[in-house]
Amino acid sequence: MMEKMIFGRYIPGDSFVHRLDPRSKLIFVFAFIVIVFLANNAVTYAFILAFTLFVIFMSKIRLYFLINGLKPVIILLVFTFLIHILFTREGDILFELGFFKVYEEGLRQGIFISIRFLVLVFMTSILTLTTSPISITDGIEVLLNPLKKLKMPVHELALMMSIALRFIPTLMDETDKIMKAQMARGSDLSAGPLKDRLKAVVPLLVPLFVSAFKRAEDLATAMEVRGYRGGEGRTRYRQLKWDWRDSSSIIVLVVMTAVLIFFRS
Amino acid sequence: MDIKLQQVSYAYSMGTPFEKFALFDVDLTIPSKTYQAIIGHTGSGKSTILQHFNGLLKPSKGQVHIGERVIEAGKKAKELKPIRQKVGIVFQFPEHQLFEETVLKDIMFGPMNFGVSEQEAEQRARELIKLVGLPEGVLNKSPFDLSGGQMRRVAIAGVLAMDPEVIVLDEPTAGLDPRGQREIMDMFYQLHKERGLTTILVTHSMEDAARYADNIAIMHEGHCVLSGTPREIFADGKTLENYRLELPHIVRFQQKIEAMLNQKLSKICLTEEELAEEVARALREGRDVQ
Repeated sequence: MMEKMIFGRYIPGDSFVHRLDPRSKLIFVFAFIVIVFLANNAVTYAFILAFTLFVIFMSKIRLYFLINGLKPVIILLVFTFLIHILFTREGDILFELGFFKVYEEGLRQGIFISIRFLVLVFMTSILTLTTSPISITDGIEVLLNPLKKLKMPVHELALMMSIALRFIPTLMDETDKIMKAQMARGSDLSAGPLKDRLKAVVPLLVPLFVSAFKRAEDLATAMEVRGYRGGEGRTRYRQLKWDWRDSSSIIVLVVMTAVLIFFRS
Repeated sequence: MDIKLQQVSYAYSMGTPFEKFALFDVDLTIPSKTYQAIIGHTGSGKSTILQHFNGLLKPSKGQVHIGERVIEAGKKAKELKPIRQKVGIVFQFPEHQLFEETVLKDIMFGPMNFGVSEQEAEQRARELIKLVGLPEGVLNKSPFDLSGGQMRRVAIAGVLAMDPEVIVLDEPTAGLDPRGQREIMDMFYQLHKERGLTTILVTHSMEDAARYADNIAIMHEGHCVLSGTPREIFADGKTLENYRLELPHIVRFQQKIEAMLNQKLSKICLTEEELAEEVARALREGRDVQ
């Protein structure tokens, strides 16, 4: 079940998108999330959709894989689409079946909102699929650096984030292992009435918490014995490098914003 | 209860870019009441194979026969509970599965899931705690107050309490002190003999396999490359080396003695006791000839 989930997963690769600096990718995605809302007619929506498909193509991630992995989101998408079709009552009636009427505006809005939703989900997934969690946190740390002047513990926040991300796969493996051990002892998480299923979660959660705390303690000790003292004066092993790809992607972003503003109605 | 794997392949994350085959066309038959060892290097697929023995994993290709039941690739497998009662698995580091307030309750968890009455489950727990070598007093303690070795024994008791016909052991002694290792392995062997359990031992210890197993299967990169009795397997050290495995200490020691005596012993010895006897006999015969 969890094998098919692609949220927060990283697929190593060597495409143009993979080689972008995490800073430019982060800036790009956050700006993109904002400018998507500039689109308000057929031309602009077609433009952002086409651009997203282009980015997917550039990242060399199979579209089929992306769609398959985002199935739960797509169910939500269909649901929003139907809500729009059913409840927007403007424009001409396109289709009528008893009291069920489809209005032109409803169809239009439904399609637009679905595209917006899809594009946002695709873009953010591409970000996490092509950037290792470590580089994402590195990027965030550097981008948030100005906030240090306001006494924000930026380095500590980034460290917490990278530790959390680092341990997601470990905890997933652990969950899987403990789940199997309890299933082998006849506990059943997937059948029976809700009350029994909730009860079956206890044998899973208790060992998981025990091991998570143990791990946290071990990690803290390991960091302490090696003299870890936070960000002050600390050099980096992984240097971020801004090159022509990053500059060009920011230029593309600016151009895209201009195009959207020009063509929006 | 016989267990039979026919042309079993298994891939993790089927149908994604992470797809990775861990088993390729594995054929393995484990007759009832035998002691089967499965040996392999890290990443050879031995942990994947053991999860097929009670339907925790379903083969991507091929069939698994567990007694009368057949679990087949591409078909929904329902009602696996009876199989899981009959095939108990002691996973690697089983102490991680403990969760109850008291040791007693934790041991009773398995049997009660399979519909055993409370009194019966409690009685089994009281018997088993002695069998695994712990005083009855620990039954009322929290499992988290015990030492690692004691927790291991409690977890093993928890699996045995299900009263399985087949017991699958995944590196059951990893991380224990040598004496504890021997005690646990001897206990499983005794159970195997007394209760007629089918025992499947997944390990990378050649010594344990040599000492206890009736049959040995060697796994290498997802393939079952060699299978036979310990004497057949250990007759040839060269083949094993190809799979990054070594002969057991005792067999290597025998080879040295043979070189020293300049004479072959009559059979490959699998335990220290056996070797001592053989050497004594060889020496005696040598003297008689003189």
